Amino acid sequence: MNKHALDRLATVVLYVTGAVIVGILLFFLLFILGRGLPVLTPDFIFGRPSEVAAGGGVGPQLFNTFYVLGLSLLFSLPVGVGAGIYMAEYARAGRLTYVFRLATECLATVPSIVIGLFGMILFVNAFGLGFSIIGGAAALAVLNLPVLVRVTEEALRAVPRAYREAALALGATRWQTVRKVVLPSALLSLATGVTLVTGRAFGEAAVLIFTAGTSVSRYFPDLNPLAAGETLAVHLWYVNAEALVPDAPRIAAGTAALMIIIVLFFNLFLGSLTRTLQKRLGGKTV
Amino acid sequence: MKPGSRSQFYDRFFLWLFVVAAVLVAAVVMAIIAIVAKQGFQTFGSVNPLELHFSTNWAPPEHFGALSFIVGSLAITFLAIVLGGPLGLAGAIFLAKVAPQSVRQVMRPATDLFVGIPSVVYGFIGLTVLKPVLQKIFGGSGFGLLLAGLILGIMILPTVISISEDAIRSVPRRLEMASYALGATRLQTIARVLVPAALPGIVTAFILAMARAIGETMAVAMLIGNAPQMPKSLFTPTATLTTEIVLEMGNTPFGSPWNNALFYMAFILLAISLGMILLIRLVVQRRVTAE
Repeated sequence: MNKHALDRLATVVLYVTGAVIVGILLFFLLFILGRGLPVLTPDFIFGRPSEVAAGGGVGPQLFNTFYVLGLSLLFSLPVGVGAGIYMAEYARAGRLTYVFRLATECLATVPSIVIGLFGMILFVNAFGLGFSIIGGAAALAVLNLPVLVRVTEEALRAVPRAYREAALALGATRWQTVRKVVLPSALLSLATGVTLVTGRAFGEAAVLIFTAGTSVSRYFPDLNPLAAGETLAVHLWYVNAEALVPDAPRIAAGTAALMIIIVLFFNLFLGSLTRTLQKRLGGKTV
Repeated sequence: MKPGSRSQFYDRFFLWLFVVAAVLVAAVVMAIIAIVAKQGFQTFGSVNPLELHFSTNWAPPEHFGALSFIVGSLAITFLAIVLGGPLGLAGAIFLAKVAPQSVRQVMRPATDLFVGIPSVVYGFIGLTVLKPVLQKIFGGSGFGLLLAGLILGIMILPTVISISEDAIRSVPRRLEMASYALGATRLQTIARVLVPAALPGIVTAFILAMARAIGETMAVAMLIGNAPQMPKSLFTPTATLTTEIVLEMGNTPFGSPWNNALFYMAFILLAISLGMILLIRLVVQRRVTAE
């Protein structure tokens, strides 16, 4: 076979690879939705779970998922964005910066189950929070932290240097430059990054099993942050592994479909929203 | 501007606030290492380190041989990278150099979606789609290394694709042009110029993917079979470090040798993950000195 025939063959193979990758994804999505959509009645989505009888819902788990997620962002956003601003705007090349960067990378690779155990010892046991929404949120914040630092740093670094120089030349302080010039220009890519972080934390279960627990409060909705905080992801694992209910396959299928719909919403809707906003504001694509 | 004016005070104040945030991030990593290590190393007050590392007899509270979990973790990581690595690399090459703009616009959000799918949902798909297929072809329960490895191979695709693609894209255009000018085809250019030049980035992608695979918990716990025994084949129900922790952590009293042994297993995971970061630093440094 001559080299041009070989080249054409390789092109075909690469196209097939691309098709296989997208095909796997499409199959997964359609399978989950096809199996779970019939389960998704209002009674299931907003109803209360049942321990032993069939017909339970996932209302409290859905509520806890967003409660834990929101609280965790409340903890991790200030620290993550603050550290990201430091790395992008203040840090000079040197030993200390190297240590910070290495620490962030290490934190990003710590397996989530290990973060879960850390949270269990520190937040659940030492701080006495018990298996709770706030304990889970604190552990989840640790998981979010390195990603937030990275997206913040990347978003700020994409702002042209000339903007800062202009502000500083006008006599602005460093902080004024960051607040009035750099942060506003980076806001959209920052928002996109935070959305990505949220989407990733949304489906996390290993961190939450031993911090938020595998049960829900007797009351619904329960705003008490010390209430038990089982989320959708943990629930999906739990019904497969240990549940006593006879309709576990139905609940698992419904929970999986509900999670996929929320993930699709995060990815497609919010993604296109930021793109539209970017066009509206006449900004460049970052 | 007068020194000590209001704006200068704010400038200082926020600088220190950002420094504190950065220090906090570093402190969290050290706290994780310290706490998990402290709890884990208490195991050796009552358990022989040789037994823990080299015996496969896991029968708490008498015997704590964790070797089969270590082997299980390494085996699924290896399987995942063998199955998902080449596919991901080919996908990255396709995205970076072959796919037209329109195809790229579909495929890139698709790879982002792979990241978004929760790992419990991957586990659920493995249980409901793949397990029956493996059962039909190979018999047995279907649970085991191959089932977990197949799903893990798909889960690491986005890591492999996005980092490799960036690496291939950042190869200087002039290298590519020179190759074409010498009469090379696209395949030859990819195989002999682009991939070798992007190799440090591709290696980084593979190492990060392996770090993701070895730390993955939920999907594997749903697919591995959860039996504390050495895997004799790809279809024996077995266990990994992560799955054993998830399975037993809730049922063991805090501070007992059994519980401590689980923490030591978490420490092994942590050490492997951090070792991989150092490995990446080494790979990247080599490239810098080579240039």
